[in-house]
Amino acid sequence: MTAFKYPNLPFARCPELEGASPTHPVAIVGAGPVGLAAAIDCSLHGIPVVLLDHKDTVSDGSRAICWAKRTLEICDRLGVGQRLVDKGVTWNRGNVYLGDRQIYQFDLLPEPDHKRPAFINLQQFYFEHYLAQHVQSLPGIDLRWQHKVIHAQQGPESVTLTVDTQDGQYTLETEWLIAADGVRSTIRDALGQDFQGRVFQDRFLIVDIAIQRDDPAIRRFWFDPPFNAGQSALMHKQADNVWRTDFQIGWDADPELEGKPETIIPRIKKMLGDVEFEIVWSSVYTFTCRRMEKFRHGRVFFVGDAAHVVSPFGARGGNGGVQDTDNLIWKLALVRTGQAPRSLLESYNSERRHGADENILNSTRSTDFITPKTPVSRAFRDAVLDLARDHEFARRFVNAGRLSTPAAYENSPLNTPDTDNFAGTMNPGTPCTDAPITIDGRKTWLLDQIGTDFTLLYFGEDISPATRATFDALSVLQPSVRPLVLAPDGIAAARYDARPATAYLIRPDQHVTARWRHLRLEAVSAALDHCLTRT
Amino acid sequence: MASKLRTDLQIADPDSFYEDLIALHKDLTDEQSALVNAKLILLLANHIGDRQILDEALAAAKKAA
Ligand SMILES: Cc1cc2nc3c(=O)[nH]c(=O)nc-3n(C[C@H](O)[C@H](O)[C@H](O)COP(=O)(O)OP(=O)(O)OC[C@H]3O[C@@H](n4cnc5c(N)ncnc54)[C@H](O)[C@@H]3O)c2cc1C
Repeated sequence: MTAFKYPNLPFARCPELEGASPTHPVAIVGAGPVGLAAAIDCSLHGIPVVLLDHKDTVSDGSRAICWAKRTLEICDRLGVGQRLVDKGVTWNRGNVYLGDRQIYQFDLLPEPDHKRPAFINLQQFYFEHYLAQHVQSLPGIDLRWQHKVIHAQQGPESVTLTVDTQDGQYTLETEWLIAADGVRSTIRDALGQDFQGRVFQDRFLIVDIAIQRDDPAIRRFWFDPPFNAGQSALMHKQADNVWRTDFQIGWDADPELEGKPETIIPRIKKMLGDVEFEIVWSSVYTFTCRRMEKFRHGRVFFVGDAAHVVSPFGARGGNGGVQDTDNLIWKLALVRTGQAPRSLLESYNSERRHGADENILNSTRSTDFITPKTPVSRAFRDAVLDLARDHEFARRFVNAGRLSTPAAYENSPLNTPDTDNFAGTMNPGTPCTDAPITIDGRKTWLLDQIGTDFTLLYFGEDISPATRATFDALSVLQPSVRPLVLAPDGIAAARYDARPATAYLIRPDQHVTARWRHLRLEAVSAALDHCLTRT
Repeated sequence: MASKLRTDLQIADPDSFYEDLIALHKDLTDEQSALVNAKLILLLANHIGDRQILDEALAAAKKAA
C-alpha cells in the first residue's frame, strides 16, 4: 500500500512583486478541483491565465471521493481523465440495506459501450494533485501557490485584487475574474454577495481507514444497521486500499468526543468485526445546501463551492463545480476574441443556476430522507423503510442519495428548438452521450473526438460533393464548425436517433445545441448565431 | 384540466370502514399511529398512482386543515 505523499507547493515571486502592473486577461482565485479545471480549460482555449491559491499543499484529509462519469469525460477533454481512472476505483453499483437486509440495488450504468464508468472513487487530493501537475505541463498558466487574495474590487474595465504573500502585498489587475475560492469565498464577501440556503441539523462522522478487504467496490448504505442503531451509515472503497466509512451520529452528538480514536476504533470494530485497520483521516461534519442568487456579477464569475454547496449524499459538489467551468470557459474565450457578444456570458448564469438547483434539489431530498426534520417527516420516512421490506414500490422511495448526473440545459435560450422529429433523449441542451465510433478504420470514442470547438456530427456513408461543400463552408465560419462523419447504422446512430443525413450541432462543452434530419448550411449558421447570442 | 379525484361516495359501507380505520389505531401510541397512517397513505397513493389524482388529493386535504 503506497500512501499519498502531500506535495510541497512552492511559493514563487511574480511580476507584480517586481513592480510591473500588467492587466491579465483572466485570473482564477482558488486552485481546488474547480479552479484547476478552469485553468486547464483556459489554456486549451488559448487564454493566458493567472491561478492563485494560498495553500502550500493540496486539499488535506479526504473530502470528495466520488467522481462522476461526466466529470471524467470533461477531464478527458482536459487531458487528465486516464490518469484519474487508472488510479481510481471504478464502480457502477450501489446496495441499500435496512438493518442487515439488502432492500434495494441500483446500477448507474446498466448499458455497455461507454468509455467511462458511472463513477470512480479517488481521494480529492489525488484529483487536485494530478490536475495541478497537468497545469504545469501546459502553456499560458501562471500558477501562484501561497498567494492569498484578501480583497477584490470591480471597476468598469477590470477587477483589482489585493494579494498577500510572504514577500509582501501587491495588487493585480484582470479583465475577468473567476472566483473558485470555495465555500468561504473571499471574493463573494468582497463583493458583498450573500449565500442563502439551509443548514441540516445533523452530524456525520467520516472516517477513512486503510484496511485490506476483498469486497467489491459497491456503494453500500445502511439505514438502521445493527452497528449504528437508529442512524445511517455508508461504506465505500477508495484508492490505496482506503475505505470511506460515514456514520450518522445525530445533532446531539459531541463532535469532540466522536472524533477521538478511543471512540472511533470501537465504532469501526462494531461495524467490521475485530479487524486490523489504520485511521487515515477523520472528521465530524454538518451539511448545508446554499447558493448565490447570481453566479455572474459583471466581470466576476463564481464557480464551484463559492457559488453553491450541497450535502454530499449525491456526490454533487465537486462534480457540479467541474460542470460550471466546462460551461463557462468556451464562452469567455469567444467573448474575448470578439466572436460572441457579452450577452453570451449571461447564459453561464442561467444554465449553471439550473444545474445547481437540480443538485440542491436532489441532495436536499436525500438529506431530508436520511435526516427527517419533523415528527411527521420521520413517520413517513420510517413508513417507507418499513414497507420496503415487503413491497417493491416502497424501495423506490428509499432515498440514500441520488448520485450526480450531468445537467441538461433543455430550456436554455442558446438552444435551437427542434423543427424535425426525433425520438430518444438527445434533446437540444443535453450533454452528448458517449458511443464507440470508427474514424478512418480506427476505433475510438465519440466524446474523445468532440469538444473545445463547435462540431457538426453528420451521420452518413457516401458524402456527396454538395455535402462536402457544406462541410468546407462550415469550417470557415467564425468560430469554425468542424464536421465529424459517423456511420448511420452504428451504436452512436442508435443513441442519437440518427438516420442517413441527420446532423447535430455540438457546443464546445459537448452539449447538443441544434439538430436536423437534413444538413443545410443556413440552418447550421443560424443555430450557431443563436447559440452565441449574435442574433 | 378536468378534476379526476372522485369525491362522490366510493366505499360500499362507509360506517364499517370508518370503524375499522379507528380500530386500526387501538392501543397504539401517537408515534405508532403516525407511522401506521403514513404507511397507509403510501400504500394507497401507490395504488392510485395517477399523479393528477394524488395532487388533487394533496390539495383537498390541505384545504380542510
Ligand atoms: C465530506 C465531504 C465529502 C464530499 N464528497 C464529494 C464527492 O464524493 N464528490 C464530489 O463531487 N464532491 C464531494 N464533496 C464536495 C467537494 O469536496 C467540493 O464540492 C469541492 O472541493 C469544491 O471544489 P472547489 O474547487 O469549488 O472549492 P475548494 O475545493 O474548496 O477549493 C477552493 C480553493 O480556494 C483556495 N482559496 C480559498 N480562499 C482563497 C483566497 N482568499 N486566496 C487564495 N486562495 C483561496 C483554497 O485554498 C482552495 O484550494 C464532498 C465534500 C465533503 C466535505
